[in-house]
Amino acid sequence: MNTFEISAEAGWKDICAVEDIPVLGSRVVKAARGGDIAIFRNADNEVFALHDKCPHKQGPLSQGIVHGRQVTCPLHSWKIELDSGNAVAPDVGCTKPFAVKVEGGRVLLKV
Amino acid sequence: MKKMKLVMIGNGMAGCRTLEELLKLAPDLYDITVFGAEPHGNYNRILLSPVLAGEMTLPEIMLNDLDWYRDNAITLHAGKMVTKIDRIKRRVIAADGTEAEYDRLLIATGSTPFIPPIPGADLPGVLAYRDIGDTEAMIEASTKYKHAVVIGAGLLGLEAANGLMLRGMSVTVVHLADWIMERQLDKPAADMLQASLEAKGMNFLLSKQTEGLVRGESGRVGAVRFKDGMEIPADLVVVAAGIRPNFALAESAGIYCGTGRARGIAVSDTLQTVTDPRVYAVGECVAHRGIAYGLVAPLFEQGKVCANHLANFGIGRYEGSVTSTKLKVTGIDVFSAGDFSGGPDTEDIVLHDKQGGVYKRIVIRNNRIVGSVLYGDTADGSWYFQLMKDGQDIHEIRDHLMFGQNHLGDAGHKGENKAAAMADTAEVCGCNGVCKGTIVKAIKEKGLFTLDEVKKHTKAASSCGSCTGLVEQILASTVGGAYQAVSAHDKPVCGCTELSHGDVRKAIRDHKLLNIPDAMETLSWKTPNGCSTCRPALNYYLISTWPHEAKDDPQSRFINERAHANIQKDGTYSVVPQMLGGVTTPAELKRIAEVAEKYKVPTVKVTGGQRIDLLGIRKEDLPHVWKDLGMPSGHAYGKSIRTVKTCVGAEHCRFGTQRSMAMGIDLEKMLFGMWSPHKVKLAVSGCPRNCAEAGIKDVGVIGVDSGWELYVAGNGGIKTEVAQFLCKVQTREEVMEYSGAFLQLYREEGFYLERTVHYVERVGLEHVKKHVLENAESRKALFERLLYALQDAKDPWAERYAADAVPAVRREFEILEA
Repeated sequence: MNTFEISAEAGWKDICAVEDIPVLGSRVVKAARGGDIAIFRNADNEVFALHDKCPHKQGPLSQGIVHGRQVTCPLHSWKIELDSGNAVAPDVGCTKPFAVKVEGGRVLLKV
Repeated sequence: MKKMKLVMIGNGMAGCRTLEELLKLAPDLYDITVFGAEPHGNYNRILLSPVLAGEMTLPEIMLNDLDWYRDNAITLHAGKMVTKIDRIKRRVIAADGTEAEYDRLLIATGSTPFIPPIPGADLPGVLAYRDIGDTEAMIEASTKYKHAVVIGAGLLGLEAANGLMLRGMSVTVVHLADWIMERQLDKPAADMLQASLEAKGMNFLLSKQTEGLVRGESGRVGAVRFKDGMEIPADLVVVAAGIRPNFALAESAGIYCGTGRARGIAVSDTLQTVTDPRVYAVGECVAHRGIAYGLVAPLFEQGKVCANHLANFGIGRYEGSVTSTKLKVTGIDVFSAGDFSGGPDTEDIVLHDKQGGVYKRIVIRNNRIVGSVLYGDTADGSWYFQLMKDGQDIHEIRDHLMFGQNHLGDAGHKGENKAAAMADTAEVCGCNGVCKGTIVKAIKEKGLFTLDEVKKHTKAASSCGSCTGLVEQILASTVGGAYQAVSAHDKPVCGCTELSHGDVRKAIRDHKLLNIPDAMETLSWKTPNGCSTCRPALNYYLISTWPHEAKDDPQSRFINERAHANIQKDGTYSVVPQMLGGVTTPAELKRIAEVAEKYKVPTVKVTGGQRIDLLGIRKEDLPHVWKDLGMPSGHAYGKSIRTVKTCVGAEHCRFGTQRSMAMGIDLEKMLFGMWSPHKVKLAVSGCPRNCAEAGIKDVGVIGVDSGWELYVAGNGGIKTEVAQFLCKVQTREEVMEYSGAFLQLYREEGFYLERTVHYVERVGLEHVKKHVLENAESRKALFERLLYALQDAKDPWAERYAADAVPAVRREFEILEA
């Protein structure tokens, strides 16, 4: 059934209300396949989505502290750019970002 | 908005450091133009000696190459010497006619070598030792000529002599004074240094006054003649008789440059020239409070303050520096700092092992270190230097002082005095597997100067931090005099602010700041919402300073404190229920067993704190696990009270003198819900056999027949620290009051992530005794403040599984579907 809904909305899936994500916080989204996705909300109410795995040792980024447009991984404090998924220098690595948008107060994730 | 124009004259280390600091603070405030007389970018002048000695190459010592100027949109006029400053029209003019206008001018013209007025000083083959040009000329001369004479046996002279010697020349060092480096060393150390340089093949002529330099047949210098008639051959003469601030340009522009011995561009504590507030000056050209500094560390401090004012932040004052010296001659370790001239009111502690090549002298006045000279074993130099700068009373550690910080049992591996001798393959950071060679390489290749930079680039010392001291030593021995250890309590909290932990604490108290956004705004935070380093610290300072008033921000807490469980490497969590004093019941054990089976908990473990740990629980299961357990949180995850470990005590033990289990339970109940700068562990033993290991706890209580002994600031962690005896008390109530007062003092004064052992080391046990022992009023007030802060502490687990839990709290554990 899910697959039908997704195609109907051209690949955008309604996840939750923006208010359901705490400011400077995140929520975990269980994806059908490919592992968890972390969605973040920063102080400017921007919403981002990343694969919930740090490129370093696969720490769950959703559990990190959000600041500016970055999140700090809870395991070994790598900083990851929320928009690109790139690790902040001097660390090197990348986490897969997902397209996400806010419409009418709802968070839509491209799946 | 139109940008202001900033012009910098001089393209050296002090000036460029100032620009770097400025760009960090206010990247878009200025259009920046730089004039440099040398045709290069900015290089590390300190490392010219290793270049001369053939240990490094020029590209290796570049700090800011031309790309750096381009990337930061800085106009660089390299090779153009500014000849005029027009302060009326606010512009500078270079020798080739290039002009630049300024709104702010930064003069960083450095210093010029002092050439004594001796006949023949202008002959070909006579050089100063100051820049890349001089270094290249010396290297070239060493390939063609045999005899080199260095005039001046100061730091620079000896480094030049060493380099020339390594390049195959026969070198004689001539010196006016009776011993070498007389400004940095006393005679015994200088004699030892001279002997070891002589053993390497260097020649010395001391107490010699040069009369003139004699022209050789080729027209080049050929010999040096002394007042006593002696003459020695010389194809190359390097004059290293000191440096003088280069202020001619500034003075010609009417800027006051001091008189007499205090010559140099006169600046205020904000690094503005006293003559013209639009004009700033930093570096060796400056005389601040009459002192011109010739070492890099003070110049960097000046740069930092200057940048802050240029960026319109207006905080920070430069109030002068205490300097230390390190000689960069491979294989020879010399360190000196402060005033070691001695005198009737000073006393010396001296260790002198001529055969072993070790000399250490510490000069003390009024129980404070005022100077030190070290030869052969300099590992503790930075420690003595820090004690000296802090003006710390050393009478308590006096008998250990000479044996170094290691001997003191300082926390961490700080005093493992072996950085220089370590092999490159030796592991320094055991957490991240970083070896010495990796650190040295990063320091050299990336031009790192600070501990923070090394941490970022190599990850060394970035986890548990126990190797911090060792990394600092490697940094010090790699960059030499350029490195100055910043004591942790002066360091800014993080890159988001210039303020130290102490400053932040004080401001939160003084301005009654109650939430993080207000604190960041009042304290001019540089980032919009801080980072993972400063936010948890701020949050702790707020709630500990203003309990029941400040707003606790879960998003500014590390995940463990937000989820009230301990995150594991695979992203699952561990659950440790409270077990007061390590005492449990069959009913509790049954419930734990049932929960472990129901949730298929993969590992059940007894912890070191006498509790039971359920490991491998999924986050979404946490509230259910807690509810099924029906036990309160053990706070095994927080910077908070952890546990009170107890022995069996007089309740059962045939040796027990006091009821330790009951005391432990009472203490743990009292401290329930206590957040602290770092984790806090207690133990109570019922007799001096001390089976609860109270000697390595933040607060250790040991029952004796006549009462209780209290110990504080022990640590069983990274480096074992034995707790220090605080006092002996009679009653249960006194145990609660004294240990509570100590913990409250730590809660109010400790810096975030500072264990009690480090806190007490910083403030001194005397300070603790003053507040907790000697002044009953202060003790009672502390104790009351602790009880007030802990009043109505709620079990965080129950708050989260309760049927009426706030949705926002509940959401933390709920997963969304895609």
